[in-house]
Amino acid sequence: MTEFMKRLLRTPQGFIGLALVLLVLLIVVFGPMIAPHDPEKLSPLARYKGPSLDYWLGTDQYGRDIFSRLLIGARATVVMAVLATIAGTLVGAFIGTTSAFLGGRADELIMRTIDAIMSIPSLLFALLVVNLLGSSTVNALVAVAIAFAPGMARITRSVALSVRKQDYVNAAIARGESSAYIIRREMLPNVIAPIIVEMTIRVSFAVMLFATLSFLGLGAQPPAAEWGLMVSEARRYMHLSAGILIWPSVAIAVVAVGFNLLGDGLRDALNPRT
Amino acid sequence: MSPNYIAKRLVMIVYTLFIVSLIVFAITQILPADAAVMMLGENATQEALDALRQTMGLDAPIWQQYATWFWHVLQGDLGTSLRTGQPVGPAMFEALGRSLLLAFLSIGLMLIIAIPLGIVAAVRRGKVADMVVSLVSYAGVALPEFVTATVAVLVFADWMKWLPPTGYVPLTENFASGIAHLVLPVCVISVILIAHVSRMVRSELVDVLHTDYIRAARLKGISRGDVLRRHALRNALLPTITIVALDVGYLLGGVIVVEEIFAIPGIGRQLIVAIQARDLPAIQAGVLIMAATYSIVNFIADILYAWLDKRIQYD
Repeated sequence: MTEFMKRLLRTPQGFIGLALVLLVLLIVVFGPMIAPHDPEKLSPLARYKGPSLDYWLGTDQYGRDIFSRLLIGARATVVMAVLATIAGTLVGAFIGTTSAFLGGRADELIMRTIDAIMSIPSLLFALLVVNLLGSSTVNALVAVAIAFAPGMARITRSVALSVRKQDYVNAAIARGESSAYIIRREMLPNVIAPIIVEMTIRVSFAVMLFATLSFLGLGAQPPAAEWGLMVSEARRYMHLSAGILIWPSVAIAVVAVGFNLLGDGLRDALNPRT
Repeated sequence: MSPNYIAKRLVMIVYTLFIVSLIVFAITQILPADAAVMMLGENATQEALDALRQTMGLDAPIWQQYATWFWHVLQGDLGTSLRTGQPVGPAMFEALGRSLLLAFLSIGLMLIIAIPLGIVAAVRRGKVADMVVSLVSYAGVALPEFVTATVAVLVFADWMKWLPPTGYVPLTENFASGIAHLVLPVCVISVILIAHVSRMVRSELVDVLHTDYIRAARLKGISRGDVLRRHALRNALLPTITIVALDVGYLLGGVIVVEEIFAIPGIGRQLIVAIQARDLPAIQAGVLIMAATYSIVNFIADILYAWLDKRIQYD
Protein backbone atom coordinates (compact mmCIF):
# COMPACT_ATOMS: atom_id res chain seq x y z
CA MET A 1 0.00 0.00 0.00
CA THR A 2 2.81 2.44 0.87
CA GLU A 3 4.59 1.39 -2.32
CA PHE A 4 1.40 2.13 -4.25
CA MET A 5 0.98 5.54 -2.59
CA LYS A 6 4.58 6.40 -3.48
CA ARG A 7 3.94 5.53 -7.11
CA LEU A 8 0.70 7.55 -7.11
CA LEU A 9 2.34 10.62 -5.58
CA ARG A 10 5.34 10.50 -7.91
CA THR A 11 3.26 11.42 -10.98
CA PRO A 12 2.14 15.05 -11.17
CA GLN A 13 -1.44 13.97 -12.05
CA GLY A 14 -1.64 11.69 -9.02
CA PHE A 15 -0.22 14.28 -6.63
CA ILE A 16 -2.32 17.23 -7.77
CA GLY A 17 -5.42 15.06 -8.21
CA LEU A 18 -5.14 13.56 -4.73
CA ALA A 19 -4.54 17.01 -3.21
CA LEU A 20 -7.60 18.50 -4.96
CA VAL A 21 -9.85 15.56 -4.08
CA LEU A 22 -8.71 15.65 -0.42
CA LEU A 23 -9.41 19.39 -0.33
CA VAL A 24 -12.90 18.80 -1.74
CA LEU A 25 -13.56 16.00 0.76
CA LEU A 26 -12.45 18.24 3.64
CA ILE A 27 -14.90 20.89 2.42
CA VAL A 28 -17.66 18.31 2.14
CA VAL A 29 -17.10 17.18 5.74
CA PHE A 30 -16.21 20.45 7.48
CA GLY A 31 -17.62 23.05 5.04
CA PRO A 32 -20.86 23.80 6.88
CA MET A 33 -18.93 24.20 10.16
CA ILE A 34 -16.45 26.76 8.87
CA ALA A 35 -18.87 28.73 6.67
CA PRO A 36 -18.64 32.33 7.96
CA HIS A 37 -22.23 33.26 7.04
CA ASP A 38 -25.68 31.70 6.85
CA PRO A 39 -25.87 30.55 3.19
CA GLU A 40 -29.57 31.38 2.88
CA LYS A 41 -29.62 34.67 4.80
CA LEU A 42 -30.79 37.46 2.50
CA SER A 43 -29.11 40.86 2.91
CA PRO A 44 -30.83 43.31 0.55
CA LEU A 45 -28.33 46.00 1.47
CA ALA A 46 -25.27 43.91 0.61
CA ARG A 47 -26.06 42.69 -2.91
CA TYR A 48 -23.46 42.26 -5.70
CA LYS A 49 -20.56 42.98 -3.33
CA GLY A 50 -17.05 42.29 -4.59
CA PRO A 51 -14.63 40.19 -2.53
CA SER A 52 -13.90 41.74 0.89
CA LEU A 53 -12.64 40.65 4.29
CA ASP A 54 -16.20 40.04 5.42
CA TYR A 55 -17.39 38.33 2.20
CA TRP A 56 -14.32 36.51 0.81
CA LEU A 57 -15.84 35.87 -2.62
CA GLY A 58 -18.44 38.64 -2.54
CA THR A 59 -22.22 38.34 -2.39
CA ASP A 60 -24.86 37.29 -4.90
CA GLN A 61 -28.08 38.83 -6.21
CA TYR A 62 -29.83 38.42 -2.85
CA GLY A 63 -26.84 39.49 -0.76
CA ARG A 64 -26.00 35.91 0.23
CA ASP A 65 -22.35 35.09 0.93
CA ILE A 66 -21.00 33.19 -2.11
CA PHE A 67 -18.12 31.56 -0.17
CA SER A 68 -20.49 30.09 2.43
CA ARG A 69 -22.87 28.89 -0.28
CA LEU A 70 -20.02 27.12 -2.08
CA LEU A 71 -18.85 25.45 1.15
CA ILE A 72 -22.32 24.15 1.90
CA GLY A 73 -23.20 23.33 -1.70
CA ALA A 74 -20.22 20.95 -1.89
CA ARG A 75 -22.32 18.30 -0.15
CA ALA A 76 -25.21 18.61 -2.59
CA THR A 77 -22.91 18.49 -5.61
CA VAL A 78 -20.05 16.15 -4.72
CA VAL A 79 -21.70 13.62 -2.39
CA MET A 80 -24.55 13.10 -4.84
CA ALA A 81 -22.11 12.63 -7.73
CA VAL A 82 -20.07 10.06 -5.80
CA LEU A 83 -23.17 8.15 -4.67
CA ALA A 84 -24.64 8.15 -8.18
CA THR A 85 -21.37 6.89 -9.65
CA ILE A 86 -21.12 4.10 -7.07
CA ALA A 87 -24.73 3.05 -7.65
CA GLY A 88 -24.28 3.11 -11.43
CA THR A 89 -21.04 1.14 -11.13
CA LEU A 90 -22.56 -1.56 -8.92
CA VAL A 91 -25.48 -2.08 -11.30
CA GLY A 92 -23.18 -1.96 -14.33
CA ALA A 93 -20.61 -4.31 -12.76
CA PHE A 94 -23.35 -6.81 -11.95
CA ILE A 95 -24.70 -6.76 -15.53
CA GLY A 96 -21.19 -6.85 -17.05
CA THR A 97 -19.98 -9.75 -14.90
CA THR A 98 -23.17 -11.71 -15.49
CA SER A 99 -22.83 -11.17 -19.22
CA ALA A 100 -19.17 -12.27 -19.23
CA PHE A 101 -20.02 -15.27 -17.05
CA LEU A 102 -22.97 -16.42 -19.17
CA GLY A 103 -21.01 -16.04 -22.42
CA GLY A 104 -22.27 -17.20 -25.81
CA ARG A 105 -25.62 -16.01 -27.11
CA ALA A 106 -26.84 -14.50 -23.85
CA ASP A 107 -23.66 -12.41 -23.68
CA GLU A 108 -24.13 -11.29 -27.28
CA LEU A 109 -27.76 -10.31 -26.65
CA ILE A 110 -26.99 -8.42 -23.44
CA MET A 111 -24.10 -6.50 -24.95
CA ARG A 112 -25.98 -5.57 -28.13
CA THR A 113 -28.84 -4.30 -25.96
CA ILE A 114 -26.36 -2.28 -23.90
CA ASP A 115 -24.98 -0.81 -27.15
CA ALA A 116 -28.50 0.11 -28.19
CA ILE A 117 -29.20 1.86 -24.87
CA MET A 118 -25.92 3.75 -25.18
CA SER A 119 -27.10 5.31 -28.44
CA ILE A 120 -29.26 7.60 -26.28
CA PRO A 121 -26.98 10.41 -25.01
CA SER A 122 -26.62 10.06 -21.22
CA LEU A 123 -27.80 13.62 -20.60
CA LEU A 124 -30.98 12.92 -22.58
CA PHE A 125 -31.46 9.64 -20.73
CA ALA A 126 -31.07 11.42 -17.40
CA LEU A 127 -33.51 14.12 -18.51
CA LEU A 128 -36.11 11.50 -19.42
CA VAL A 129 -35.70 9.63 -16.13
CA VAL A 130 -35.87 12.81 -14.02
CA ASN A 131 -38.92 13.93 -15.91
CA LEU A 132 -40.47 10.55 -15.28
CA LEU A 133 -39.73 10.60 -11.54
CA GLY A 134 -40.12 14.35 -10.94
CA SER A 135 -37.45 17.00 -10.36
CA SER A 136 -35.59 16.49 -7.10
CA THR A 137 -32.09 15.79 -5.93
CA VAL A 138 -32.72 12.11 -5.14
CA ASN A 139 -34.38 11.53 -8.50
CA ALA A 140 -31.45 13.20 -10.25
CA LEU A 141 -29.19 10.72 -8.41
CA VAL A 142 -31.22 7.77 -9.70
CA ALA A 143 -31.19 9.25 -13.21
CA VAL A 144 -27.42 9.69 -13.28
CA ALA A 145 -26.91 6.17 -11.89
CA ILE A 146 -29.14 4.68 -14.56
CA ALA A 147 -27.42 6.73 -17.26
CA PHE A 148 -24.00 5.44 -16.14
CA ALA A 149 -24.86 1.76 -15.73
CA PRO A 150 -24.61 0.67 -19.41
CA GLY A 151 -21.14 2.17 -19.87
CA MET A 152 -19.87 0.55 -16.68
CA ALA A 153 -21.39 -2.79 -17.70
CA ARG A 154 -19.51 -2.68 -20.99
CA ILE A 155 -16.20 -1.86 -19.25
CA THR A 156 -16.64 -4.47 -16.50
CA ARG A 157 -17.40 -7.16 -19.05
CA SER A 158 -14.37 -6.44 -21.21
CA VAL A 159 -12.08 -6.30 -18.17
CA ALA A 160 -13.48 -9.54 -16.75
CA LEU A 161 -13.08 -11.31 -20.09
CA SER A 162 -9.48 -10.17 -20.57
CA VAL A 163 -8.51 -11.09 -17.02
CA ARG A 164 -10.04 -14.55 -17.49
CA LYS A 165 -7.62 -15.16 -20.40
CA GLN A 166 -4.49 -14.19 -18.45
CA ASP A 167 -1.74 -16.72 -17.84
CA TYR A 168 -1.89 -16.37 -14.08
CA VAL A 169 -5.53 -17.45 -14.11
CA ASN A 170 -4.70 -20.44 -16.30
CA ALA A 171 -1.77 -21.21 -13.98
CA ALA A 172 -4.09 -21.16 -10.99
CA ILE A 173 -6.48 -23.50 -12.79
CA ALA A 174 -3.55 -25.80 -13.65
CA ARG A 175 -2.46 -25.76 -9.99
CA GLY A 176 -5.88 -27.13 -9.18
CA GLU A 177 -7.17 -24.15 -7.22
CA SER A 178 -10.90 -23.95 -6.55
CA SER A 179 -13.08 -21.59 -8.63
CA ALA A 180 -13.87 -19.56 -5.52
CA TYR A 181 -10.16 -19.09 -4.84
CA ILE A 182 -9.42 -18.10 -8.44
CA ILE A 183 -12.25 -15.57 -8.58
CA ARG A 184 -11.42 -14.13 -5.15
CA ARG A 185 -7.61 -14.09 -5.16
CA GLU A 186 -6.63 -13.97 -8.82
CA MET A 187 -9.43 -12.34 -10.79
CA LEU A 188 -11.16 -9.91 -8.42
CA PRO A 189 -8.10 -7.79 -7.52
CA ASN A 190 -7.30 -7.36 -11.21
CA VAL A 191 -10.89 -6.59 -12.20
CA ILE A 192 -11.42 -4.05 -9.43
CA ALA A 193 -8.42 -1.86 -10.25
CA PRO A 194 -9.49 -0.70 -13.74
CA ILE A 195 -13.06 -0.24 -12.52
CA ILE A 196 -11.91 2.02 -9.68
CA VAL A 197 -9.94 4.09 -12.19
CA GLU A 198 -12.97 4.40 -14.45
CA MET A 199 -15.18 5.24 -11.46
CA THR A 200 -12.88 8.01 -10.30
CA ILE A 201 -12.93 9.66 -13.72
CA ARG A 202 -16.68 9.24 -13.97
CA VAL A 203 -17.27 11.12 -10.72
CA SER A 204 -16.21 14.23 -12.61
CA PHE A 205 -18.74 13.47 -15.36
CA ALA A 206 -21.38 12.91 -12.69
CA VAL A 207 -20.62 16.28 -11.09
CA MET A 208 -21.12 17.92 -14.46
CA LEU A 209 -24.25 15.92 -15.25
CA PHE A 210 -25.77 16.88 -11.89
CA ALA A 211 -24.88 20.49 -12.36
CA THR A 212 -26.37 20.40 -15.86
CA LEU A 213 -29.62 18.85 -14.61
CA SER A 214 -29.89 21.52 -11.91
CA PHE A 215 -29.03 24.16 -14.50
CA LEU A 216 -31.94 22.98 -16.67
CA GLY A 217 -34.20 23.15 -13.61
CA LEU A 218 -34.53 19.37 -13.23
CA GLY A 219 -32.19 18.70 -10.28
CA ALA A 220 -31.78 20.62 -7.03
CA GLN A 221 -34.39 23.36 -6.54
CA PRO A 222 -33.91 26.94 -5.25
CA PRO A 223 -32.86 28.13 -2.74
CA ALA A 224 -30.49 25.13 -2.48
CA ALA A 225 -26.79 26.02 -2.80
CA GLU A 226 -26.12 23.40 -5.51
CA TRP A 227 -23.34 24.72 -7.76
CA GLY A 228 -25.07 24.11 -11.09
CA LEU A 229 -28.18 25.84 -9.79
CA MET A 230 -26.01 28.77 -8.62
CA VAL A 231 -24.64 29.16 -12.17
CA SER A 232 -28.15 28.94 -13.58
CA GLU A 233 -29.48 31.62 -11.22
CA ALA A 234 -26.45 33.80 -11.85
CA ARG A 235 -27.16 34.03 -15.59
CA ARG A 236 -29.74 36.79 -15.23
CA TYR A 237 -27.53 38.90 -12.98
CA MET A 238 -24.08 38.17 -14.41
CA HIS A 239 -23.69 41.58 -16.07
CA LEU A 240 -24.16 43.18 -12.63
CA SER A 241 -21.47 41.09 -10.95
CA ALA A 242 -19.40 38.44 -12.74
CA GLY A 243 -18.39 36.83 -9.44
CA ILE A 244 -21.82 35.23 -8.96
CA LEU A 245 -21.18 33.27 -12.13
CA ILE A 246 -17.42 32.73 -11.95
CA TRP A 247 -16.99 31.22 -8.45
CA PRO A 248 -19.45 28.33 -8.72
CA SER A 249 -18.03 27.60 -12.20
CA VAL A 250 -14.54 27.47 -10.72
CA ALA A 251 -15.77 25.15 -7.96
CA ILE A 252 -17.27 22.73 -10.51
CA ALA A 253 -14.04 22.84 -12.53
CA VAL A 254 -11.85 22.16 -9.47
CA VAL A 255 -13.84 19.06 -8.55
CA ALA A 256 -13.94 17.79 -12.12
CA VAL A 257 -10.22 18.38 -12.73
CA GLY A 258 -9.35 16.84 -9.34
CA PHE A 259 -11.19 13.56 -9.95
CA ASN A 260 -9.97 13.44 -13.56
CA LEU A 261 -6.32 13.85 -12.53
CA LEU A 262 -6.67 11.39 -9.66
CA GLY A 263 -8.15 8.82 -12.06
CA ASP A 264 -5.25 9.25 -14.50
CA GLY A 265 -2.76 9.06 -11.63
CA LEU A 266 -4.38 5.88 -10.28
CA ARG A 267 -4.26 4.31 -13.73
CA ASP A 268 -0.54 5.00 -14.03
CA ALA A 269 0.16 3.81 -10.49
CA LEU A 270 -1.82 0.57 -10.93
CA ASN A 271 -0.12 -0.13 -14.23
CA PRO A 272 3.60 -0.42 -13.48
CA ARG A 273 4.42 -1.14 -17.14
CA THR A 274 3.76 2.42 -18.32
CA MET B 1 -14.95 -5.84 -45.42
CA SER B 2 -17.51 -8.32 -46.46
CA PRO B 3 -21.09 -7.58 -47.51
CA ASN B 4 -21.90 -9.96 -44.66
CA TYR B 5 -20.42 -7.49 -42.17
CA ILE B 6 -22.37 -4.56 -43.62
CA ALA B 7 -25.57 -6.58 -43.44
CA LYS B 8 -24.81 -7.46 -39.82
CA ARG B 9 -24.27 -3.81 -38.95
CA LEU B 10 -27.53 -2.81 -40.62
CA VAL B 11 -29.39 -5.44 -38.60
CA MET B 12 -27.66 -3.99 -35.52
CA ILE B 13 -29.01 -0.51 -36.33
CA VAL B 14 -32.53 -1.87 -36.68
CA TYR B 15 -32.16 -3.72 -33.36
CA THR B 16 -30.85 -0.53 -31.71
CA LEU B 17 -33.82 1.48 -32.92
CA PHE B 18 -36.18 -1.26 -31.78
CA ILE B 19 -34.71 -1.28 -28.25
CA VAL B 20 -34.68 2.53 -28.11
CA SER B 21 -38.29 2.65 -29.26
CA LEU B 22 -39.23 0.17 -26.51
CA ILE B 23 -37.42 2.20 -23.84
CA VAL B 24 -38.88 5.49 -24.98
CA PHE B 25 -42.36 4.08 -25.29
CA ALA B 26 -42.08 2.54 -21.83
CA ILE B 27 -40.85 5.81 -20.29
CA THR B 28 -43.57 7.88 -21.92
CA GLN B 29 -46.18 5.37 -20.80
CA ILE B 30 -45.13 5.63 -17.15
CA LEU B 31 -44.99 9.43 -17.31
CA PRO B 32 -47.69 10.80 -15.02
CA ALA B 33 -49.33 12.60 -17.92
CA ASP B 34 -52.34 11.48 -19.87
CA ALA B 35 -52.51 12.59 -23.50
CA ALA B 36 -56.27 13.14 -23.29
CA VAL B 37 -56.00 15.30 -20.16
CA MET B 38 -53.11 17.18 -21.81
CA MET B 39 -55.26 18.08 -24.80
CA LEU B 40 -58.55 18.90 -23.08
CA GLY B 41 -57.21 20.42 -19.88
CA GLU B 42 -57.80 19.54 -16.23
CA ASN B 43 -61.48 20.59 -16.22
CA ALA B 44 -62.68 18.38 -19.06
CA THR B 45 -65.69 16.17 -18.39
CA GLN B 46 -65.23 12.44 -17.97
CA GLU B 47 -67.33 11.72 -21.10
CA ALA B 48 -65.21 14.03 -23.26
CA LEU B 49 -62.00 12.40 -21.94
CA ASP B 50 -63.33 8.90 -22.58
CA ALA B 51 -64.44 9.83 -26.09
CA LEU B 52 -61.04 11.34 -26.93
CA ARG B 53 -59.19 8.36 -25.43
CA GLN B 54 -61.25 6.08 -27.65
CA THR B 55 -60.52 8.05 -30.83
CA MET B 56 -56.80 8.24 -29.93
CA GLY B 57 -56.66 4.53 -29.17
CA LEU B 58 -55.60 5.17 -25.57
CA ASP B 59 -58.09 2.63 -24.23
CA ALA B 60 -56.35 -0.23 -26.04
CA PRO B 61 -53.84 -2.46 -24.18
CA ILE B 62 -50.34 -1.02 -24.02
CA TRP B 63 -48.75 -3.58 -26.34
CA GLN B 64 -51.39 -2.76 -28.93
CA GLN B 65 -50.69 0.97 -28.59
CA TYR B 66 -47.00 0.24 -29.04
CA ALA B 67 -47.61 -1.89 -32.10
CA THR B 68 -49.81 0.80 -33.68
CA TRP B 69 -47.24 3.50 -32.94
CA PHE B 70 -44.36 1.37 -34.24
CA TRP B 71 -46.28 0.51 -37.41
CA HIS B 72 -46.91 4.23 -38.04
CA VAL B 73 -43.23 5.01 -37.42
CA LEU B 74 -42.22 2.39 -39.98
CA GLN B 75 -44.43 4.18 -42.49
CA GLY B 76 -42.71 7.48 -41.67
CA ASP B 77 -45.52 8.87 -39.50
CA LEU B 78 -44.03 9.92 -36.16
CA GLY B 79 -47.33 11.11 -34.71
CA THR B 80 -48.96 14.45 -33.93
CA SER B 81 -47.67 16.87 -31.32
CA LEU B 82 -49.97 17.30 -28.32
CA ARG B 83 -48.64 20.83 -27.92
CA THR B 84 -48.95 22.26 -31.42
CA GLY B 85 -51.33 19.81 -33.10
CA GLN B 86 -48.89 19.60 -36.02
CA PRO B 87 -47.20 16.40 -37.29
CA VAL B 88 -44.06 15.77 -35.21
CA GLY B 89 -41.85 14.28 -37.94
CA PRO B 90 -41.36 17.30 -40.25
CA ALA B 91 -40.79 19.69 -37.32
CA MET B 92 -38.22 17.34 -35.76
CA PHE B 93 -36.32 16.76 -39.00
CA GLU B 94 -36.22 20.49 -39.72
CA ALA B 95 -34.79 21.00 -36.23
CA LEU B 96 -32.34 18.14 -36.77
CA GLY B 97 -31.01 19.97 -39.84
CA ARG B 98 -30.11 23.01 -37.73
CA SER B 99 -28.48 20.79 -35.10
CA LEU B 100 -26.48 18.94 -37.73
CA LEU B 101 -25.19 22.25 -39.11
CA LEU B 102 -24.05 23.10 -35.59
CA ALA B 103 -22.52 19.63 -35.15
CA PHE B 104 -20.65 19.62 -38.48
CA LEU B 105 -19.19 23.08 -37.91
CA SER B 106 -18.11 22.03 -34.40
CA ILE B 107 -16.47 18.83 -35.63
CA GLY B 108 -14.72 20.79 -38.39
CA LEU B 109 -13.37 23.39 -35.97
CA MET B 110 -12.36 20.62 -33.56
CA LEU B 111 -10.38 18.73 -36.24
CA ILE B 112 -8.56 21.91 -37.32
CA ILE B 113 -7.44 22.60 -33.75
CA ALA B 114 -7.25 19.24 -31.98
CA ILE B 115 -5.09 17.31 -34.47
CA PRO B 116 -2.20 19.83 -34.60
CA LEU B 117 -2.40 20.18 -30.79
CA GLY B 118 -2.18 16.41 -30.33
CA ILE B 119 0.72 16.11 -32.80
CA VAL B 120 2.71 18.89 -31.12
CA ALA B 121 2.13 17.34 -27.70
CA ALA B 122 3.25 13.90 -28.87
CA VAL B 123 6.34 15.10 -30.73
CA ARG B 124 7.38 17.34 -27.84
CA ARG B 125 6.46 14.80 -25.18
CA GLY B 126 7.39 15.93 -21.68
CA LYS B 127 8.34 19.42 -22.89
CA VAL B 128 6.53 22.66 -22.11
CA ALA B 129 4.28 22.41 -25.19
CA ASP B 130 3.07 18.99 -24.03
CA MET B 131 2.29 20.31 -20.54
CA VAL B 132 0.35 23.25 -21.99
CA VAL B 133 -1.73 20.97 -24.21
CA SER B 134 -2.44 18.64 -21.25
CA LEU B 135 -3.50 21.58 -19.09
CA VAL B 136 -5.80 22.91 -21.80
CA SER B 137 -7.36 19.50 -22.29
CA TYR B 138 -7.96 18.99 -18.57
CA ALA B 139 -9.59 22.42 -18.36
CA GLY B 140 -11.73 21.59 -21.41
CA VAL B 141 -12.92 18.29 -19.98
CA ALA B 142 -13.62 19.86 -16.58
CA LEU B 143 -16.05 22.56 -17.65
CA PRO B 144 -19.62 21.54 -18.48
CA GLU B 145 -21.08 23.16 -21.63
CA PHE B 146 -23.48 25.33 -19.69
CA VAL B 147 -20.60 26.93 -17.81
CA THR B 148 -18.45 27.59 -20.89
CA ALA B 149 -21.52 28.82 -22.76
CA THR B 150 -22.58 31.21 -20.00
CA VAL B 151 -19.07 32.56 -19.50
CA ALA B 152 -18.62 32.94 -23.27
CA VAL B 153 -21.83 34.97 -23.52
CA LEU B 154 -20.70 37.13 -20.60
CA VAL B 155 -17.26 37.82 -22.06
CA PHE B 156 -17.82 38.03 -25.83
CA ALA B 157 -21.37 39.39 -25.95
CA ASP B 158 -21.87 41.38 -22.74
CA TRP B 159 -18.38 42.79 -22.18
CA MET B 160 -16.70 42.88 -25.59
CA LYS B 161 -19.92 43.24 -27.62
CA TRP B 162 -18.24 41.35 -30.46
CA LEU B 163 -20.99 38.81 -31.03
CA PRO B 164 -24.74 38.53 -30.52
CA PRO B 165 -25.53 36.78 -27.21
CA THR B 166 -28.26 34.35 -28.30
CA GLY B 167 -30.67 33.59 -31.08
CA TYR B 168 -30.64 31.94 -34.46
CA VAL B 169 -30.74 33.44 -37.96
CA PRO B 170 -31.03 31.05 -40.92
CA LEU B 171 -27.96 31.23 -43.17
CA THR B 172 -30.19 31.55 -46.24
CA GLU B 173 -31.83 34.66 -44.80
CA ASN B 174 -28.79 36.64 -43.75
CA PHE B 175 -25.50 34.80 -44.12
CA ALA B 176 -23.26 37.15 -42.13
CA SER B 177 -25.65 37.47 -39.23
CA GLY B 178 -26.32 33.72 -39.31
CA ILE B 179 -22.61 32.95 -39.01
CA ALA B 180 -22.17 35.54 -36.23
CA HIS B 181 -24.93 33.81 -34.25
CA LEU B 182 -23.25 30.43 -34.74
CA VAL B 183 -19.72 31.39 -33.62
CA LEU B 184 -20.24 31.12 -29.85
CA PRO B 185 -22.31 27.90 -29.88
CA VAL B 186 -19.84 26.18 -32.22
CA CYS B 187 -16.85 27.24 -30.09
CA VAL B 188 -18.56 26.06 -26.90
CA ILE B 189 -19.38 22.62 -28.33
CA SER B 190 -15.86 22.29 -29.73
CA VAL B 191 -14.10 22.87 -26.41
CA ILE B 192 -14.85 19.47 -24.87
CA LEU B 193 -14.31 17.70 -28.20
CA ILE B 194 -10.95 19.42 -28.68
CA ALA B 195 -9.86 18.42 -25.19
CA HIS B 196 -10.84 14.80 -25.72
CA VAL B 197 -9.60 14.31 -29.27
CA SER B 198 -6.24 16.08 -28.80
CA ARG B 199 -5.51 13.75 -25.87
CA MET B 200 -6.41 10.72 -27.98
CA VAL B 201 -4.29 11.87 -30.94
CA ARG B 202 -1.38 12.45 -28.56
CA SER B 203 -1.52 9.00 -26.97
CA GLU B 204 -2.03 7.20 -30.33
CA LEU B 205 0.92 9.06 -31.86
CA VAL B 206 3.14 8.42 -28.84
CA ASP B 207 2.41 4.70 -29.20
CA VAL B 208 3.11 4.73 -32.94
CA LEU B 209 6.37 6.66 -32.54
CA HIS B 210 7.68 3.83 -30.34
CA THR B 211 7.07 1.06 -32.88
CA ASP B 212 9.81 -0.82 -34.71
CA TYR B 213 8.83 0.36 -38.19
CA ILE B 214 9.24 3.99 -37.16
CA ARG B 215 12.65 3.19 -35.69
CA ALA B 216 13.53 1.34 -38.91
CA ALA B 217 12.47 4.33 -41.03
CA ARG B 218 14.60 6.66 -38.91
CA LEU B 219 17.58 4.28 -39.18
CA LYS B 220 17.18 4.27 -42.97
CA GLY B 221 18.07 7.96 -42.74
CA ILE B 222 14.64 9.50 -43.38
CA SER B 223 14.27 12.83 -41.59
CA ARG B 224 12.06 13.13 -38.53
CA GLY B 225 9.56 15.31 -40.38
CA ASP B 226 9.19 12.84 -43.25
CA VAL B 227 8.82 9.88 -40.90
CA LEU B 228 6.11 11.77 -39.05
CA ARG B 229 4.26 12.78 -42.23
CA ARG B 230 4.59 9.60 -44.28
CA HIS B 231 4.60 6.83 -41.69
CA ALA B 232 3.45 7.86 -38.23
CA LEU B 233 0.50 10.18 -38.86
CA ARG B 234 -1.33 7.80 -41.18
CA ASN B 235 -1.50 5.14 -38.49
CA ALA B 236 -2.00 7.47 -35.57
CA LEU B 237 -4.87 9.43 -37.10
CA LEU B 238 -6.96 6.46 -38.24
CA PRO B 239 -8.36 5.63 -34.79
CA THR B 240 -9.45 9.27 -34.53
CA ILE B 241 -12.31 8.42 -36.90
CA THR B 242 -13.75 5.96 -34.41
CA ILE B 243 -13.25 8.35 -31.51
CA VAL B 244 -14.96 11.22 -33.29
CA ALA B 245 -17.88 8.93 -34.17
CA LEU B 246 -18.24 7.85 -30.54
CA ASP B 247 -17.99 11.49 -29.48
CA VAL B 248 -21.12 12.18 -31.52
CA GLY B 249 -22.88 10.77 -28.45
CA TYR B 250 -21.40 13.53 -26.27
CA LEU B 251 -22.06 16.00 -29.07
CA LEU B 252 -25.78 15.20 -29.21
CA GLY B 253 -25.98 15.56 -25.43
CA GLY B 254 -24.03 18.82 -25.52
CA VAL B 255 -26.22 20.14 -28.31
CA ILE B 256 -29.23 19.90 -25.97
CA VAL B 257 -27.67 22.29 -23.44
CA VAL B 258 -26.04 24.61 -25.96
CA GLU B 259 -29.21 25.01 -28.03
CA GLU B 260 -31.18 25.73 -24.89
CA ILE B 261 -28.76 28.46 -23.77
CA PHE B 262 -28.30 30.08 -27.19
CA ALA B 263 -31.98 29.69 -28.12
CA ILE B 264 -31.23 27.74 -31.30
CA PRO B 265 -34.35 25.92 -32.55
CA GLY B 266 -32.54 22.60 -33.08
CA ILE B 267 -33.58 19.10 -32.06
CA GLY B 268 -32.10 19.47 -28.57
CA ARG B 269 -34.25 22.48 -27.79
CA GLN B 270 -37.28 20.78 -29.34
CA LEU B 271 -36.66 17.85 -26.99
CA ILE B 272 -36.36 20.05 -23.90
CA VAL B 273 -39.59 21.82 -24.83
CA ALA B 274 -41.27 18.46 -25.46
CA ILE B 275 -40.02 17.03 -22.15
CA GLN B 276 -41.13 20.09 -20.19
CA ALA B 277 -44.56 20.07 -21.87
CA ARG B 278 -44.77 16.25 -21.58
CA ASP B 279 -45.54 16.14 -25.28
CA LEU B 280 -45.27 12.36 -25.60
CA PRO B 281 -45.22 11.92 -29.41
CA ALA B 282 -42.59 14.66 -29.72
CA ILE B 283 -40.40 13.04 -27.00
CA GLN B 284 -40.68 9.64 -28.68
CA ALA B 285 -39.82 11.03 -32.11
CA GLY B 286 -36.95 13.20 -30.85
CA VAL B 287 -35.20 10.44 -28.90
CA LEU B 288 -35.65 7.98 -31.75
CA ILE B 289 -34.15 10.45 -34.26
CA MET B 290 -31.19 11.16 -31.96
CA ALA B 291 -30.45 7.46 -31.46
CA ALA B 292 -30.78 6.85 -35.20
CA THR B 293 -28.33 9.68 -35.94
CA TYR B 294 -25.82 8.23 -33.49
CA SER B 295 -26.13 4.70 -34.89
CA ILE B 296 -25.83 5.82 -38.50
CA VAL B 297 -22.79 8.01 -37.80
CA ASN B 298 -21.04 5.09 -36.07
CA PHE B 299 -21.94 2.76 -38.93
CA ILE B 300 -20.43 5.17 -41.46
CA ALA B 301 -17.33 5.57 -39.28
CA ASP B 302 -16.77 1.81 -39.14
CA ILE B 303 -17.14 1.47 -42.91
CA LEU B 304 -14.81 4.42 -43.50
CA TYR B 305 -12.25 3.00 -41.08
CA ALA B 306 -12.22 -0.41 -42.75
CA TRP B 307 -12.00 1.24 -46.18
CA LEU B 308 -9.01 3.36 -45.17
CA ASP B 309 -7.19 0.65 -43.25
CA LYS B 310 -7.09 -2.49 -45.36
CA ARG B 311 -5.60 -4.51 -42.48
CA ILE B 312 -8.93 -4.40 -40.67
CA GLN B 313 -10.96 -7.43 -41.68
CA TYR B 314 -14.43 -7.44 -40.23
CA ASP B 315 -16.47 -10.56 -40.65
